[in-house]
Amino acid sequence: MTMNNSLQSPGKRSVGAWINSGAPWVWLNAGAVAISLVLVIGLLGLIAVRGLGHFWPGQIMVADYQPPGQAVRMVAGEITDSEEVPAARLESSGLEVVNGQELYTRDLLKQGNRDLSGADFVWIVDEWLSNRQYPEDIMVLERREWGNFYGFLESVQEDGITVASGESAWIVFNERLDRALTIYQAIYQIEKHDIGSINAAIEQLRLAERRLELSGDRDPVRQAEIQAERKQLNQEYQQLETQLGDLYRAFNRDSFVARTVAGQTLEQPISKVVRAYQPNTLSLTDKIGFYFDKVGEFILDDPREANTEGGVFPAIFGTVMMVILMSIMVTPFGVIAAVYLREYASQGWMTRAIRVAVNNLAGVPSIVYGVFGLGFFIYFAGAKIDNLFFAEALPSPTFGTPGLLWASITLALLTLPVVIVATEEGLSRIPRSVREGSLALGATKAETLWRVVLPMASPAMMTGLILAVARAAGEVAPLMLVGVVKLAPSLPLDGNYPYLHLDQKFMHLGFHIFDVGFQSPNVEAARPLVYATALLLVMVIAVLNLSAVAIRNRLREKYKSLED
Amino acid sequence: MYQNSMDNSPGIDFNTPALKKYRSLRFLKDRLARWGVASGGLGVIVAILLIFFYLLYEVLPLFNRAEITRVASYPSALTFVDEPVATKKAPIFLAVEEQAEVAMQSEASGNLRFFSSQTGEWLQNELLPIPAGSEVVRVVRDAAGSNLMAAGLTNGEVILFDQGYRITWPDDRRKITPEVSYPYERQPFAIKDFSAPVAQLAISDGEEKLLMAASSNNQLVMEVVHKEADFLTESVTVEQQSVALPVISGLSAQGGLDIRQLLIDPEQTWLYVLSGSNQLTVINISDIDRPYIHETLNLTAKGVDVTAMTFLLGGVSLLVGDSEGNIAQWFMVREDGRLNLHNIRSFSLGNDPIDKIVPEHRRKGFLASDVKGQVGLYYTTANRSLLVEPLAAGRIDQMAVAPRGNYLILASQGETQFLKIDNEHPEISWSALWGKVWYESYHQPDYIWQSSASNNDFEPKLSLMPLSFGTLKAAFYAMLLAAPLAICAAIYTAYFMAPGMRRKVKPVIELMEALPTVILGFLAGLWLAPLIENQLVGIFALLLFVPAGILMFAFAWDGLPATIRHRIPDGMQAGLLVPVVLLSGALAMSLSSSLELWLFDGDMRTWLTTELGIPYDQRNALVVGLAMGFAVIPTIFSIAEDAIFSVPRHLTYGSLALGATPWQTLIRVVLLTASPGIFSALMIGMGRAVGETMIVLMATGNTPIMDANIFEGMRTLAANIAVEMPESEVGSSHYRILFLAALVLFLFTFVVNTAAEMVRHRLRKKYSSL
Repeated sequence: MTMNNSLQSPGKRSVGAWINSGAPWVWLNAGAVAISLVLVIGLLGLIAVRGLGHFWPGQIMVADYQPPGQAVRMVAGEITDSEEVPAARLESSGLEVVNGQELYTRDLLKQGNRDLSGADFVWIVDEWLSNRQYPEDIMVLERREWGNFYGFLESVQEDGITVASGESAWIVFNERLDRALTIYQAIYQIEKHDIGSINAAIEQLRLAERRLELSGDRDPVRQAEIQAERKQLNQEYQQLETQLGDLYRAFNRDSFVARTVAGQTLEQPISKVVRAYQPNTLSLTDKIGFYFDKVGEFILDDPREANTEGGVFPAIFGTVMMVILMSIMVTPFGVIAAVYLREYASQGWMTRAIRVAVNNLAGVPSIVYGVFGLGFFIYFAGAKIDNLFFAEALPSPTFGTPGLLWASITLALLTLPVVIVATEEGLSRIPRSVREGSLALGATKAETLWRVVLPMASPAMMTGLILAVARAAGEVAPLMLVGVVKLAPSLPLDGNYPYLHLDQKFMHLGFHIFDVGFQSPNVEAARPLVYATALLLVMVIAVLNLSAVAIRNRLREKYKSLED
Repeated sequence: MYQNSMDNSPGIDFNTPALKKYRSLRFLKDRLARWGVASGGLGVIVAILLIFFYLLYEVLPLFNRAEITRVASYPSALTFVDEPVATKKAPIFLAVEEQAEVAMQSEASGNLRFFSSQTGEWLQNELLPIPAGSEVVRVVRDAAGSNLMAAGLTNGEVILFDQGYRITWPDDRRKITPEVSYPYERQPFAIKDFSAPVAQLAISDGEEKLLMAASSNNQLVMEVVHKEADFLTESVTVEQQSVALPVISGLSAQGGLDIRQLLIDPEQTWLYVLSGSNQLTVINISDIDRPYIHETLNLTAKGVDVTAMTFLLGGVSLLVGDSEGNIAQWFMVREDGRLNLHNIRSFSLGNDPIDKIVPEHRRKGFLASDVKGQVGLYYTTANRSLLVEPLAAGRIDQMAVAPRGNYLILASQGETQFLKIDNEHPEISWSALWGKVWYESYHQPDYIWQSSASNNDFEPKLSLMPLSFGTLKAAFYAMLLAAPLAICAAIYTAYFMAPGMRRKVKPVIELMEALPTVILGFLAGLWLAPLIENQLVGIFALLLFVPAGILMFAFAWDGLPATIRHRIPDGMQAGLLVPVVLLSGALAMSLSSSLELWLFDGDMRTWLTTELGIPYDQRNALVVGLAMGFAVIPTIFSIAEDAIFSVPRHLTYGSLALGATPWQTLIRVVLLTASPGIFSALMIGMGRAVGETMIVLMATGNTPIMDANIFEGMRTLAANIAVEMPESEVGSSHYRILFLAALVLFLFTFVVNTAAEMVRHRLRKKYSSL
């Protein structure tokens, strides 16, 4: 479409004529596109920058801080954010503003040391900072509790006796830390896996016993067997307990003394430290190594400290499990329904109405599916299943409570319209001539369908499935009702019978974002992690969607040639 | 043909048994496939439709009518062989325990007789320790649901007892054992100057003191029992003291007005004295050393007598039955700083005088009976008369409702009846859900959503109005951003944009539809909300700066020499404008603080609050509007763009050929033709905004207020479900109301989407005919 520019020949320009030509409106419409693009790309950029930036080790600043009318104090930490504020806002938050300056820069300082100062983030006014330094020997410790520690290492102790201090302390400290981390791996293995599987076995025994009781079977032989097994398991458990005790003693052997910039010294066990580094000495390659180390931790580790530190592995795992189960359920049913609607049903008003209804179900709010899932699947079907098959576990419900299975089924229902619509579209694109050719050669309808139509429609089915997966991976509202939790004690797939725990609650990336961002006691500390999680989720969904688009385009190309 | 070809090619026989068998197998497979696919496909469709029917199934019980059915009836004075004390007179008090299995009747002899409510079979006796020669004349309960009771005696003394039940499980079967204990003293309390029988009696047990008001011979007396609990032994020592009550006019021992009823509220603030035919005196007893008359009023019109009066659960409302068959609810309302009793609403039972009013123990409902044995079942908050049924042939002597409100026991004319009440959801009525309701302790009728609270005698406030309002408010602000942006962008993309650029731009904007809303919600709540709070002026400056920047750039660009202009092909303006938008946006934001200083003394929020009186929440409708608007843009854009793009080309060519400018063609021809499509895009976008949960949940404070203020939050139907559903008790009214909210959302979006779909369908037909 070309624009009519005849009215704006240079030389005799008038605003009135320009407006009359309609050009401003066209430009404003163009502006709407530009704004939309800026919003979209800006949003993705924001998530990407914040999410990726989180893992980069920042410089640690040490400086004197003196708000007017207060004593000088030393602050140390990483400046994570800064903004401009009018003086009035500072005054209203109780700070004294003396000179006539009307605008101030305010920095968000990550100072760590939550156990000492109460908050790991503070807002400070940039203008009141002086004497900034970046000392080489300041260290950052990531701890299992109380967040990060910023300070200087004084000495390392073994069983209360100093083994290193001064210059050499840092090297010794790192050796001891490596040792502690190795022991921690062993402890983790025992606590999470070995003891976990014993507990699972004991629980199975309890259920078996209860089942016997319920069926009125008081066979003493079986009872004795169960008792013997239980004794055996308890013994194993005792062994592990002693082993654990030894490990813990070794684990807690070393400690270190560190000094904060404020001058406080404190002794802490090395076992509480997860990672230690001196960011101001790191070279670029070190930093890159550190960066990928942190990314690895984020993707592969369990969360720490009420989900605000560590990784999101269980959430990734839970999301993937749920999506796989959902796909297994939604694909066959969606395809069958689409094939029925397109190939078998008589194309009257009834079919059209059903098609419209199915189409519109995709627009029904997801929370409605959650309500349905909770009411119908969990409280109705789940309770029935429990009474019939899991009576021994009652009154604690097995399937009568939110869990992986119900979440998958609910999301399958939610995404069913997506698969049906996409598959139908694929089926409708297959030229009539292809079907007729097959039928003319004597194939039955089922054979035509199976050998000709469905293979040709398979990219469409894939598209539908991918779109369904992308939608399911991002849905949170219904899951809040039917199965996600903020912290699941174990993964839904593990080495304990029956291996796949459909009745278990699970963690989910989307819910993780909601929970950590909004229910966490320490939002500031959790925020970077939420950005990273959001980025991960966006990437997964963007990749899925783009591949769906690519498949759809290839499909269209393919049948264009057939139609000719 | 087939036969012929066979004859001509003797080598192949298509009718060998093996081939025949193979053929029939193939046809069988075909038929099976047909059946399989049909049943599978229909099954899936039915499963989807099941959602609607299941929601309806959960919601329908809300609208069921109440029912009362008789379970058993037996003589009240039935005496069993081994029963130690024979029952002679009609009971003077009835009570039923939690499971409604055991009932208790109190008799004049001081006998508490426990019996099976189902059969009337005697179970146990307990004799109150009353002095010899005296009899029990009146038994009252502390408050609805309390176990503490007081019995007034003929000698003017009062005895307090606690009547509870112990549940044990011998042999896995429930056994309910009645227990009577005396929390204060086994000895009756003597009431000062009383020697004649206690006529009226009221008690109220509080943390620190127990109050007893009694009348005898029209003499009104209040006693206070101070309790002092020993921390170590937990034993309670009591000290009794008389309260000097103010003189109520018209009351005297000789003649004058009768004292007809006494009530003390659980907060121990008010003593209500009903005297004469309808005179109520309200005495403030919050300071027991200096009680004073707060208010005296007539509860009914002249000539109409008050015939029954009691508290509703919680002791805030008075239920007043009169001789014309009406029951009125009264409670204290604050007016001009002073509390006054107000007649809030009334219910009608019939035309005969009301005789008894019994409040439910867990809900704000009550039962009332008249002198002819007609019983009515009511719920105050919902203003519902649930049921009126004649249950007895004459006056009902005593009546008690089970704590769960599911059984009723009544004694009339020597016969005790045990009845089952089916009344699961009395709280719901059209007026309770959608109308203004005058809730207890509120100073006027209002729309309130407050579904649960910690205390037991809480009045659920279940108005869906604030939630629906919040839903529409959120959707409105979202559409305010999304509709102009999305439609303008769609117009440009479909009509002006160069095809190469369109192929790139469209997927980018559409990709946003797939962005999980939890991410938008998180950004809105944690990034945008603080940003807006700090840069409020900048956000509003954007509205001015960005369009101004675009227009200024456009004017300048169109003024450039054609040689420069033509370097950029037509239809690429959007690309040119990206830096303009970025720059003008950045300018607006960077000037935010200076503008704020210049216009609002450096703090716009304070200015809003103090100068305009507009409260400011950090997570408000503006944040939701921006975030949810963002979520809705791709939906509207995509559909509107399709509609505009598929307007047949020859229409535009015709218009252009007749000399119209592209803009005129767009406005007069293209948009007019595509307007149904754009309308349906808006409807679908609206449907999405209405049902969106996560953004609203995270970007607002979720307070159910009804205020259109853009700087305050809201709670939407969807967010409300997400917040309250996990804690809701299965099958309760609250649970079903949440289902109702889900059904409303379902129907709304379904209807809107279907309508939009139909509009689009017709549009497509129109295009193909053009």
